[in-house]
Amino acid sequence: MATLLEQVDAGAGQQSGVVGRNPWALAARRLRRNRIALAALGLFLLIVVMCLAAPLYAEHVAHVNPFPPNLNGHTVVNGKVVPVMQQGGGTLHLGETPIGPTWDPGHYFLGGDGVGRDVAALLLYGGRSSLLVGIGSAILCCIAATVVALIAGFFGGTVDALLSRLMDIIWAFPVYLLAISLSTELLTHSNGFQFGPVHVSASSLWTPTVIIAVIYVPYVYRPIRGQVLSVVNKEFVEASIAQGAGNVRLIFSEILPNVVSTVIVLLPLMVATTILTESALSFLSVGVQPPNVSWGTIIQDGSALLYTRPWVSIAPGIMILLTVLSLNVFGDGVRDALDPRAKLRLEG
Amino acid sequence: MTGEPLLEVRDLKVSFRTEDGLVQAVDGVSLSLSQGETLGIVGESGSGKSVTMMSVMRLISDPNARFEGEVLYKGRDLMTLKAEQIREIRGTGIAMIFQDPMTSLNPVYRVGWQITEQIRAHENVSKQAARARAIELLAAVGIPQAAERVDNYPHEFSGGMRQRVMIAMAVSCNPDILIADEPTTALDVTIQAQILSLLRKLKDEFGTAVVLITHDMGVVADMADRIAVMYAGRIVEQGSRREVFYDAQHPYTWGLLGSIARLDRPKPRRLATIPGQPPSLLRLPEGCAFGDRCAHRFELCDERPPLLNRVDGNHLDACHLEPKQKKELRETTIHPELIETAE
Amino acid sequence: MLTFIIRRLLWTVLVMFVITVVVFVIFFKTPGVDPARAIAGRNPSALVLQEIRAQFGLDKPLPVQYADMMKSLFVTRDLVSYSNQGVKVVPEIAAATPATLSLVFGAALIWVVMSIAVGVAAALLRGTVFDPLLMVVALIGISAPVFWLGQVANLITQGTLHDTFLFSWVPPLGYNPFTQDPWLWFKGLIIPWITLSILYIGFYGRVLRANILETQNEDFVRTARAKGISERRVLLRHTLRTSMITFVSLFGLDFGALVAGGALLVEVVFAIHGVGYLTYQALGNLDLPTIMATVVYGAFFIVLVNAVVDIAYAWLDPRIRPT
Repeated sequence: MATLLEQVDAGAGQQSGVVGRNPWALAARRLRRNRIALAALGLFLLIVVMCLAAPLYAEHVAHVNPFPPNLNGHTVVNGKVVPVMQQGGGTLHLGETPIGPTWDPGHYFLGGDGVGRDVAALLLYGGRSSLLVGIGSAILCCIAATVVALIAGFFGGTVDALLSRLMDIIWAFPVYLLAISLSTELLTHSNGFQFGPVHVSASSLWTPTVIIAVIYVPYVYRPIRGQVLSVVNKEFVEASIAQGAGNVRLIFSEILPNVVSTVIVLLPLMVATTILTESALSFLSVGVQPPNVSWGTIIQDGSALLYTRPWVSIAPGIMILLTVLSLNVFGDGVRDALDPRAKLRLEG
Repeated sequence: MTGEPLLEVRDLKVSFRTEDGLVQAVDGVSLSLSQGETLGIVGESGSGKSVTMMSVMRLISDPNARFEGEVLYKGRDLMTLKAEQIREIRGTGIAMIFQDPMTSLNPVYRVGWQITEQIRAHENVSKQAARARAIELLAAVGIPQAAERVDNYPHEFSGGMRQRVMIAMAVSCNPDILIADEPTTALDVTIQAQILSLLRKLKDEFGTAVVLITHDMGVVADMADRIAVMYAGRIVEQGSRREVFYDAQHPYTWGLLGSIARLDRPKPRRLATIPGQPPSLLRLPEGCAFGDRCAHRFELCDERPPLLNRVDGNHLDACHLEPKQKKELRETTIHPELIETAE
Repeated sequence: MLTFIIRRLLWTVLVMFVITVVVFVIFFKTPGVDPARAIAGRNPSALVLQEIRAQFGLDKPLPVQYADMMKSLFVTRDLVSYSNQGVKVVPEIAAATPATLSLVFGAALIWVVMSIAVGVAAALLRGTVFDPLLMVVALIGISAPVFWLGQVANLITQGTLHDTFLFSWVPPLGYNPFTQDPWLWFKGLIIPWITLSILYIGFYGRVLRANILETQNEDFVRTARAKGISERRVLLRHTLRTSMITFVSLFGLDFGALVAGGALLVEVVFAIHGVGYLTYQALGNLDLPTIMATVVYGAFFIVLVNAVVDIAYAWLDPRIRPT
């Protein structure tokens, strides 16, 4: 259905001498004009850069190796040397409490965790894992879902029915429960897996990445398949077939380009979803495994210290919030840019 | 016709702010409609004909739209009325039917419900009375087994039937004016004729004034008392049916007439076409908007847009050509085969 | 319509069967995983392993094991936990269900009401500053990890501000059965309800707003206005009614997923011993029968709710009713 203005505007762009603008260029231009979306993208990239710089921070700024426990370590606060683990914590004053945030980038900026490690440094390293798993699984998921959707939508009939039913069954499992089940199972392989010549260790980041990718495939599959079906029925595909185009060529040069925009819109939103999923799994100890850390594992570690040293749990949550928020805002911007109706959306 | 015009549009201008600039959809349109009269508005996509009539009913809710001018209905300026007042007029004073009956009817409610909704919004009648009236209306517009079909959903009707339902709904409160926006465009040619004759029948029976919006000269040939031809947001010719069909003054009208295949003349080798495309409403040219596509354009046409001038009585047109020139050029423009046979 | 329902339910049964097989395979037959070893604990001797296999029937052929397990899960309902010796799994799940249902129903009520309010408000206030403001709040709601929100909530209500008048009424973490003390039940669930619903208010508020705005451009809404109906009626009877179709089907799916165990994060953080919490504990102990039972019951519930949603959808949208 064309809105009234679209009908009115049907004349626009049809004047003689106007150069036809390719829809991708139009979309890019719209995106460039969307300052909020660009700001969000900037925030996301900033976080990525910060986390990538984790080793730099750990070595040159904080001078720590944040991974091994540091129960007997010391650090400097206000010029004085203090132990990282302080005696006399808890209600009975018999426990040990790590140092709280010093707000000094060089020395335990956010304080220590339950075993005396530098939380700020861990936070950045955790970000690397969370981002790697999140982005990796989203990309894997989208690729897999697109392939399956292309096959199902293009060949139709029984192939489509079978694949769609398969997707339905996977999706019938509550997402988190399926992820937890798979993770639990795979983690009992303490020696890792062997795929031919490739050995994947049990604590590899690939495990959560693949699991999270798999559980969301049905979710991404559905809209892409819908898009494939609507393209397959369009006349230009029939025209191509009439010209003698073979299946492979049809899929790659006619159908795929029209489906790509759907995938592009889904991608930032999927990364947001996978990051949240990874953090939940890691919080439950079935996601990222030691010796790796992720934002989720740090929140888990901080649970015991929630009422005494809340920053250990709060800081990673804030990082997740900012990352996911920026991805959501940017994702909205991408969707608006690729949506033709956005042309009319001047608020106020 | 006699007396005050029922509806008078005075210099209506409608523009939309878009990302790319200001789109002037309607650029100073003036119309009048008398009681019982049928006005045909003819133009291609983007000519502004729909926007004009939707603005009359204040149905444009786009926050980026700007309106100027007056729309007088029974003496009151509709542009200045409050929401509640306009709401009263819609349906009872002025009603409108739209192009695509499939999407214009709410798919989740039965058609009887939709008709009674309109009736009960304006009149204090019981549900049963409203329902009885709905059944009567459906029968009047030619829906067989109206008493059963009143409980059907829109998707259970064929395209032509749906449009009849829409018409039934629109006339349910006896409006003074019925605006039909391309009522037959989405329908098969055979059904078109049925719908048009239905409109004519209702018009004759109830004395409703009708505004018939279309891009097809053939649709107005039979029904319209007066015709206004629109192009690029402006009226380029306006007159009685006879005047527009037999004494057309504007080259665009000639083009429209020429593109109709005639059964009563020798078969032309080709139909006259109007080359080119309508101008972008973002950047209207300085001179005549039709200039680019007009075979008879000269210097004055590029300098300033022609104003509507009176040819004779109520026949107006907007073209810089002299009346004598127009007479000479008309026949050959509409029927180019005459040039060929003359050679 | 009847054949539609029957076909849908038959399909449901088939899917459930496949799910049980898949779960069984995942938990009992993943190559390299030996359930006996998992039960036995550290460094089992070969003899112990053999005894365990005999005791739990792990030495029988696969299909028999499957049949046995299905029988003890559904029919005799005496499936026994691996880690809690002698505890029957099915009654355990039954006992945990009221907690989960209380949590999810309460949260659902809050989130449906609030998200409709937010979605409609944002659509009506479009063009003012409130629309983007509401949407930003909604975005933040969906961007925060729910378990972290719960922890922050706990920090505030149980820790920092617990002694102030604001939150002194909040009981200690845990579920208090309704039958024992309704008022305590209620007080103990408010904070978990709010925490759980924040995410969904954000999501559904945005979805509803987008749907409303899209529907407002539909031809039939234009017709409704042209009929001279009041704006309020147009909004409620035409725009909202259509937008709610998507809302309802999405709601059904999310609700089902939550009851099936998706609420486990909130249950864990607030120490509510529901089905999700049970699953989490079972995971920690690698108590495979319990895990399997909860996953299977959860999946069943979801598939059932999906079928109900499909039927409800057909009722809501006459176009898709098979004639």
